[in-house]
Amino acid sequence: MLTLEKRPQPSKAWVYAAPILAVVITMIVGGAVFALLGKPPLEAIRTIFYDPIFGEFASYSRPQLLIKAGPLILIAIGLSFGFRAGIWNIGAEGQYIIGALAAAGTGLAFYPMEARWLIFPLMIIAGLAGGMLWAAIPAFLRIRFKTNEILVSLMLVYVAEAIQASMALNLLRNPDGHGFPGSRNLSQYSSSANLELISNSGIHWGVLAAVTAVVFAYFILARHRFGFDVRLAGQSPRAAGFAGVDAGRLIFICMLISGGLAGAAGMFEIAGPAGRVSIDFNVGYGFTAIIVAFLGRLHPVGILIAGLLMALTYIGGELAQLSLGLPGAAIQLFQGMLLFFLLAVDVMTSYRIRFGKTE
Amino acid sequence: MKRRTLLASGAGAATMAMLGLPARAQEKTKVGFVFVGPIGDGGWTFEHNNGRLAVEAAFGDAVETVYAENVPEGPDAERVMTQMALGGADLIFTTSFGYMEPTLNVAAKFPNVKFEHATGYMRADNVSTYSARFYEGRAVQGHIAGNLTKSNKIGYIGSFPIPEVIRGINSAFIHARKVNPDVEFKIVWAFTWFDPAKEADAAKVLIEQGCDVVLQHTDSTAPQAAAQAAGNVYTFGQASDMGEYAPMPRVSSIIDNWAPYYVERTKAVMDGTWTSVDTWDGIGRGMVGIGEISDAVPADVKASAEALRDSIASGAYHPFTGPLNKQDGSAWLADGEVADDGTLAGLGFYVEGIEGDIPS
Amino acid sequence: MDFSSINPILLLASLMVAATPIILAAAGELIVERAGVLNLGVEGMMITGAITGFIATVTTGSPWIGFAAAAVGGAGLSLLFGFLTQFLLSNQVATGLALTLFGLGLSALLGQGYNGIKAPEFPKIDIPVISDIPVLGPILCSHDPMVYVGLGLIAGIWYFLKYSRAGLVLRAVGENHEAAHALGYHVIRIRILAIMFGGACAGLGGAYISLVRVPQWTDGMTAGAGWIALAIVVFASWRPWRLLIGAYLFGGVTVLQLNLQAAGIAIPVEYLAMSPYIATILVLVLMSAGRAPGSLGKIFHASR
Repeated sequence: MLTLEKRPQPSKAWVYAAPILAVVITMIVGGAVFALLGKPPLEAIRTIFYDPIFGEFASYSRPQLLIKAGPLILIAIGLSFGFRAGIWNIGAEGQYIIGALAAAGTGLAFYPMEARWLIFPLMIIAGLAGGMLWAAIPAFLRIRFKTNEILVSLMLVYVAEAIQASMALNLLRNPDGHGFPGSRNLSQYSSSANLELISNSGIHWGVLAAVTAVVFAYFILARHRFGFDVRLAGQSPRAAGFAGVDAGRLIFICMLISGGLAGAAGMFEIAGPAGRVSIDFNVGYGFTAIIVAFLGRLHPVGILIAGLLMALTYIGGELAQLSLGLPGAAIQLFQGMLLFFLLAVDVMTSYRIRFGKTE
Repeated sequence: MKRRTLLASGAGAATMAMLGLPARAQEKTKVGFVFVGPIGDGGWTFEHNNGRLAVEAAFGDAVETVYAENVPEGPDAERVMTQMALGGADLIFTTSFGYMEPTLNVAAKFPNVKFEHATGYMRADNVSTYSARFYEGRAVQGHIAGNLTKSNKIGYIGSFPIPEVIRGINSAFIHARKVNPDVEFKIVWAFTWFDPAKEADAAKVLIEQGCDVVLQHTDSTAPQAAAQAAGNVYTFGQASDMGEYAPMPRVSSIIDNWAPYYVERTKAVMDGTWTSVDTWDGIGRGMVGIGEISDAVPADVKASAEALRDSIASGAYHPFTGPLNKQDGSAWLADGEVADDGTLAGLGFYVEGIEGDIPS
Repeated sequence: MDFSSINPILLLASLMVAATPIILAAAGELIVERAGVLNLGVEGMMITGAITGFIATVTTGSPWIGFAAAAVGGAGLSLLFGFLTQFLLSNQVATGLALTLFGLGLSALLGQGYNGIKAPEFPKIDIPVISDIPVLGPILCSHDPMVYVGLGLIAGIWYFLKYSRAGLVLRAVGENHEAAHALGYHVIRIRILAIMFGGACAGLGGAYISLVRVPQWTDGMTAGAGWIALAIVVFASWRPWRLLIGAYLFGGVTVLQLNLQAAGIAIPVEYLAMSPYIATILVLVLMSAGRAPGSLGKIFHASR
């Protein structure tokens, strides 16, 4: 009989060993699945994990990793504050959409005026504000009515998706778009474009924002009083109460941080890589970021690595589709497995496995 | 990654050099396909993949095809296309309207790679566009539907209010009215290309409201099943033949047949004769297939439908031939006048007689 | 514009069919959440049930075996979630999301080769005499058996939670797992069973889509129904009969929306599309009884 015994302190060794072990197990099991599908397992694993970084065309795919990971990291960092404090915003996807719509609306309101110094910063503010506004709804309802924020924030994702479709069909529709739904391309409008800062580096303003967020989050959690409050509230809400932490204020701030960063991620995406508001420009970054936040154990550096790893499986997975004809479904399965194993071995950091009966 | 702003045009070779990438030499012609859905969707992507398989069958070892499925429109599509081009693809088919700008962006970086974008309107030296005149098939459907209906109510499940769908509605309506002046259309917008449950609901609603013919511009077979369950309702296959529902309720179908075009264009690349073109083919060139008209259709109707099909195919008849008025009664086409392709491509209004508004 | 073309009787009857897959899946999730577990992987379990049920039906020719296989498939997948969250104490939100990703991939792989095949028909039950009663007959008595299974499931769950001892224990575990543990109940065993039940129900719901409503296999065919099921559980504030009402309202809005369109009444579709979700939030706020089970989503580990 196996039993788990809580460690007095999380194991330092397992903190680092667990993710590596998970990746190794995924490679073995995933390789077996690929072999069952009649594809060369070693080559598939190499294509997914190695080729995007070191392969023949890595000089193209490396920057792409940053582009894909940027929004994931930015959103996950925001979410990690609330998750640490026991506040569950799982509606980042909706906040991302509203942030993007607010920013796109702001940018297009000025079209075709040339004033990048004004319009681009305004769009960032609009993105932040849009995301915050959308996150403030569950925060307010939680504080005022004790409504479960997991469910409200999730419901608001669907509402945001409906607003998005309506915007693409009506208000933000490109008048020169030959009757097709979708807005003008913001990345081709010089006042709103979120450009690459260094050519072929993949680094655009959103990636920069993500890295900045990682650094800030690290210092806030390690050094600032707010970081202490967050950790305390997560570990023991009662103790936090005694220590004078205002629970309502904490909820509000955590939700606004996560909503704001998700909204900002939406802004950088709509002004850059995605370019235009369409009926379904969201590709699930908000949900994937939840997984990234947990994979990174809610630690800023961990999230940075987890975001890059997640991006790697997307890009490597595409390469495996192209070069080996691996079905897209196999890649999805593989990603799911990776997450399962990461979550599974994670238990080792805070618990010790004991064989035989306790007592 | 908006490289286009840095490399205005024709600088693809420079990009390759900048990225330090080797140009890959190869014998086989490599053809890439970017799919918006899964190849198992039984509709749009399924038929494009059949086109891919036809290319493989036609050229055997001389070609190699690669594909990526479920590629979201936007930056992901741009990345997949770039990876294909880097991987040595000579010709890339991008099979969704939303891939338009990604296709042009990637094409600008790889001037030696040929691109074919489905259903779009922007071209470049190495970007062709192609689409099918599905409205020709809709004319045949409208003709059959107008003859078959007893309740004089024909249901139409629309996906999104875009020109392609609006053309289809107009074309079907014009030809249904031609054979049956009492016919009216009930149009329901599902706001999805593919959601079997919702499509089933839409079909049921139309049937409950008295429609005995249901046309669909969404891709699943759910409306067929709903019609079968209701009995005495006629439907038409969409995108693929949906022959498993023949002879009733499915009495005919519009089949997206991309195979001849894909084979022809691949051949052009192999021969070095590829040029950028705008292709809009219909029944005549086989891009739009009319599925077998089943025995549930009376023989005389079947014969006249086939005659209509053949006259469209030969070019003798155009489905949008005047006199036609717009919905508000204003004149659109004079007697004998034929709609020009430009107007049709951006069609955003109903013809006279259709009730209801296009959602905007 | 023609309201008269909408037949309210048929509308109600088709609404019952439209709501069935979500009723089945939501009923399972209700039990899971009542046991204090939040499994966001409903969509993944539904689609897995859709394909396992479809394969079994096509292979054996019997839709009943198909539904059984769907329940097994859904429960099997849910066991993965149960193992991770209950034994390895992983976070439920993240694990549930991963389960959906995994289920979508798995089902598409399993379904290769099953595209475009028609499933054997699932006959309707026409109860003689009763189904001839005007108005009520067509609404209540002209459906396929799974519609009644869904209704029976709701009644069963209601009875189970309200009157059975096991239901009481399940609720105790969901409200306060520490206390339940202290009373000597096997929290983890009960939760695993609840999770498997939830998976089985989700599997049935998925199979209803692939075997009855469409009926065919296509990748990703549940198209978000699992997420709606999650919303309805909340809308119902974890009560079985309210769940039924919620599912009919959700199904009803969709069907009504299409009915209005077909009747030529111009309505802004997008606002109608978001209305059920806003209604759910309002219900959450307004119903003081709409309190979530106390231990929902929290990790349980028996410390000794």
